Amino acid sequence: MNKTFYIQDYCEIRDGEIRLNGENIFSAGEDTFSGFAKKAYQDLDLAYPKFFKMDKLSKLAFLAASRLLTPESNTALVFANRSSSLDTDLAYQQTIRDKAAWYPSPAVFVYTLPNICLGEISIKYKLYSENSFFVFENFPAAFFPAYAGLLISTGKAEEVLCGWVEMLGEEYRAFVYKVGNKGFAEHNEQNLNRMI
Amino acid sequence: MDQLKLEIKEKIIAALNLEDVTAADIKDDDALFGDGLGLDSIDALELIVMLDKDYGIKLSDPKEGRNIFRSVETMAAYIAEHRTK
Repeated sequence: MNKTFYIQDYCEIRDGEIRLNGENIFSAGEDTFSGFAKKAYQDLDLAYPKFFKMDKLSKLAFLAASRLLTPESNTALVFANRSSSLDTDLAYQQTIRDKAAWYPSPAVFVYTLPNICLGEISIKYKLYSENSFFVFENFPAAFFPAYAGLLISTGKAEEVLCGWVEMLGEEYRAFVYKVGNKGFAEHNEQNLNRMI
Repeated sequence: MDQLKLEIKEKIIAALNLEDVTAADIKDDDALFGDGLGLDSIDALELIVMLDKDYGIKLSDPKEGRNIFRSVETMAAYIAEHRTK
């Protein structure tokens, strides 16, 4: 029989608000995600200037993970979304669409893969753990428990940070949570469908 | 030349998203890489694009960048001599 693992803490970001374990920890009435992210960075006292160089998807994932991770821990990262890096892909395309003013931006190009956000988190928190990014049509409530359970059961990680981080235009949503041997709710499809 | 240096500082801050830095924080002879502003290799590529886009300067030899991007002072001198726009 498969071992049961548990959801420990979770963070949600949507509509200009950050909630940790269901409680509001930050909200801002900004019109844009970039404005919201900048204020959240300042308010959460993240003190990591490289944040401003990140693309929007990485900023979203970074903010959501910031209250859940312990530096240098053996915490795997398993994230997913629907739009992959399309938001940044479109921004990059803008830099090369005009043949008369063709200036491809290296700083934008390096974010044209969705898993880059996991690299940013790993660098900040000095994680040398497993990380994977998947693209699904909808929140994968059955997949996360199976994959995270496998990582912990096989000794690949002690804990797993799972995350749904969707970013396209001004539509954004993050639901990130940590899984381990103890927690407040079983890490299963039914509970995730209730929480998402 | 002072106006060009100020312009370069403002362009660097904007192009590289240096949110916590102002033009006044960057001295003309501050190292842009390493212990100075702490720019990285992607920033260097972005500066090469900036030279092309804003001043019409195409760097054919990447090794040139090492000397050109040493500081705002060296950038200004190179741009003043080679700019086509």
